[in-house]
Amino acid sequence: MIPMVSYLALSTLLFFVGIYGFIARKNMLAMLISIELILNAVELNFSVFNRYLYPEQMEGMFFSLFGIAVSAAETAVAIAIIINVYRNAQNIDIRHVDKLKG
Amino acid sequence: MEFTLLIVALPLLLFFVLGLGGSRMQPRVAGIIGTLGMGTAAALSYAAAIRYFFAEGKVEGVFREIIPYSVEWLRFTDKLHIDLGILLDPISVMMLVVITTVSLMVHLYSLGYMRGERGFQRYYALLSLFSFSMLGLVVATNIFQMYIFWELVGVSSYSLIGFYYAKPSAVSASKKAFIVTRFADLGFLIGILVLSYYTGTFDFAALNGDKAQLVVSHTAGASFMGISIASWAMALIFMGGAGKSAMFPLHIWLPDAMEGPTPVSALIHAATMVVAGVFLVARLFPVYYFAAPDVLTMIGYVGAFTALFAAVIAITQTDIKRVLAFSTISQIAYMMVALGVSGYGDHEGLGYMASMFHLFTHAFFKALLFLGAGSVIHAVHSNEMGDMGNLRKYMPITHITFLIACLSIAGIPPFSGFFSKDEILAASLHHDKLLFFVLWVVAGLTAFYMFRLYFNIFWGKAKTYDGHHRPHESPLVMSLPLMLLALLSCGAGFTAFSQLVSSNGAPFHTHIEWEVAALGVAVALLGIALATKLYMRGGELPTLIAAAMGRFYRAALRKFYMDELWLFVTRKVIFRFISTPIARFDRRVIDGSMDGVGWVATRLAAAVKPFQNGKVQWYAFVFVLGAAAVAIWALCL
Amino acid sequence: MELGTSIVFYVLAAVIVASAIFAVTAKRIMRAATCLLFVLVGTAGLYLLLNYHFLAAVQLSVYAGGVLILFIFAILLTNPKGDPAEPADRQKVVMGIVAALCGLAVTAVIVLKHFALYPIHPSAVGEQEINMQAIGAALMGTGKQQYLLPFELLSVLLLACIIGGILIARKGKGQVGEAEE
Repeated sequence: MIPMVSYLALSTLLFFVGIYGFIARKNMLAMLISIELILNAVELNFSVFNRYLYPEQMEGMFFSLFGIAVSAAETAVAIAIIINVYRNAQNIDIRHVDKLKG
Repeated sequence: MEFTLLIVALPLLLFFVLGLGGSRMQPRVAGIIGTLGMGTAAALSYAAAIRYFFAEGKVEGVFREIIPYSVEWLRFTDKLHIDLGILLDPISVMMLVVITTVSLMVHLYSLGYMRGERGFQRYYALLSLFSFSMLGLVVATNIFQMYIFWELVGVSSYSLIGFYYAKPSAVSASKKAFIVTRFADLGFLIGILVLSYYTGTFDFAALNGDKAQLVVSHTAGASFMGISIASWAMALIFMGGAGKSAMFPLHIWLPDAMEGPTPVSALIHAATMVVAGVFLVARLFPVYYFAAPDVLTMIGYVGAFTALFAAVIAITQTDIKRVLAFSTISQIAYMMVALGVSGYGDHEGLGYMASMFHLFTHAFFKALLFLGAGSVIHAVHSNEMGDMGNLRKYMPITHITFLIACLSIAGIPPFSGFFSKDEILAASLHHDKLLFFVLWVVAGLTAFYMFRLYFNIFWGKAKTYDGHHRPHESPLVMSLPLMLLALLSCGAGFTAFSQLVSSNGAPFHTHIEWEVAALGVAVALLGIALATKLYMRGGELPTLIAAAMGRFYRAALRKFYMDELWLFVTRKVIFRFISTPIARFDRRVIDGSMDGVGWVATRLAAAVKPFQNGKVQWYAFVFVLGAAAVAIWALCL
Repeated sequence: MELGTSIVFYVLAAVIVASAIFAVTAKRIMRAATCLLFVLVGTAGLYLLLNYHFLAAVQLSVYAGGVLILFIFAILLTNPKGDPAEPADRQKVVMGIVAALCGLAVTAVIVLKHFALYPIHPSAVGEQEINMQAIGAALMGTGKQQYLLPFELLSVLLLACIIGGILIARKGKGQVGEAEE
């Protein structure tokens, strides 16, 4: 059988690959993709903990479920913002979106 | 006597009406409203004077103080509070009469003199404001109210002197007057604070009269630099009075103040504002006498020196208004000397009475002189003696009234100046021979320079005037005040003044001391004779004498370099050694520390600002590292 | 059976990790989105392995079916000139690597330190698939460990997202005019 550590290692890798992508990419959509990776890792973790530690309960699964719904909502709004940015700046390079500063 | 409040309130009302609504009126209407209002105030003052002196004022043979109106304004402690009110006693009632009379004359005269000037309504509004301030000053019930109106007088005279605000010389003269008197008022204010700190009261009623002993007991034992606190306080208060009354060395503003319109000079710089200092000393006379006799002596000597000093300068001046200005300084100083040599109580207080008497008569004949000079200036459009001469044929009324005023100021009987001057000379003779001698010389000088002025204007060389600029007599609206004032100058001397005004309120009898009178008249006649000889026919003699005097003449002509001295003191000493270091301290240390705080904050902000650079990935980077750091810290625990 | 499960897991894990890495490094954004699809599908496979069939279905339908379509639309809308490759920014790459490695190291330490705590196998109960009726009851109930309130909140959130998304992405009036010209 698969030990739990394998799942955790996988989700950790997935999470930090997402972190790398979020920091390293210039395209805002690519950053958004990275965020999806991070969220996926988190949801996977919820499920795994639920299954391995408290199999008779369903909290982890529901957390994942709600997480999926929230991430879908977040993606919709983020893409709307990105499209708006594109319409104003004719590109979606994150380096152009730095007006909010001191 | 509650209606006396109206005397003060009416000019204030006029000020607001004319000041706010003046621009919507015809100039003539504004002038007539102002004159009528002032006439009402004058009538009320006469009524007040009659009721006070002959009906209500005297109780058991002594004039008492009446306070018909008083409200508490500011309360500091149980005892110390500032009231606003009206105090009637012989000198304040006398001043009410003098101020409203002269003010009314000036209002009337200005209808003609200022006709067609720009800002005619503003002029009348300011005259009203000035009258209000001066009336409020003389009826003040306490020293602080007096100080408030004192400053109001300063402000309104500032704006009247600077009435021709487009003229640089008028602007600088008004600033000079304001700054010099304001500087003197600093001493006044400190004096008030010291006095009230030790006595716990501002009220004249609690300071004066028999209670003046209180001041002595309250300040007993306290001294500063070997001089008692009471003397310090009273000397500082006198400094304020010296500023307003143009005593040496604070006299420098008065000659320059002649830049104002001539009627203003008559009102402010002859009859009212400049005697405020005399009035102040008279008001606090019992305190001076009992608590600070040394200051009183000093006042006498300062006055005597000023009188002589100003008289000498007056001889050399050629601007007729400046001659009058210096003669004013000299005559005010006369009053100061009279106060300085006075005692307290019936006949001891002769000097006090004489001072007030001279204030009373001087107000009329000096106002007359100024208004007459204004009439002359109006006719020839010049202030310089050289442009005048032989005017007696063209301006008969002005000529006669001016002559009356000159005889009056010179002290020739039976004109009013003779009586008051005689009392002053008598009082000083009994007190201090040196002061008497100085005043006696000044009396001669006064007669001389006044008749020098008179002959230069009305006699002198047979000067011809062009047809177009032919001088003519002033209109009735201007000559009527001249005639009225001439009448007063003739008659004022016959007032039984000692029956009305005295140092302790008790009437006493005076009689003319014929030896003194003879001496005074003799020296005056000598001065007049000399002036007649030198100036009546014109000629080269005065120039020759001036040349012979050489350096002294030039010094007197330049007013003994007092202006230059003050400039030197302020520019080279005060500015350089006091103001500049203070300014530097302010700029470097105080501003510097404030700037330093701001600078540190700015630098700190600049150092922190790059952290918020708007780059979201940078934030994420820092956030991840921070989270990792926290995790490591948690692991290590 | 056990071996088969392990093989499936490791294949899925390898696909997920490889796709994820390719997704964040791909020069072309369209390829990145495609790789994201592989990651999402792989994760759904993991849910199946864990016997969360309902979760797997949701993952496929919402993510693969909804979100990814959104991504592709967005990519097409924002790349009118085809799909130009973006040059990598060296500094950012370094930053990303540093941050990822630091976090990875810390997390790995934590995970491995508590290795002993984790069970090797899911318990017997955990082998069974969750009854759909139980899921429905938990979602619609209001009692303890039941989720009607979050469910309704989520529906409100989604409604807000719909409105917000329309409002943000809609063209302004001036822009409509420009587009018509």
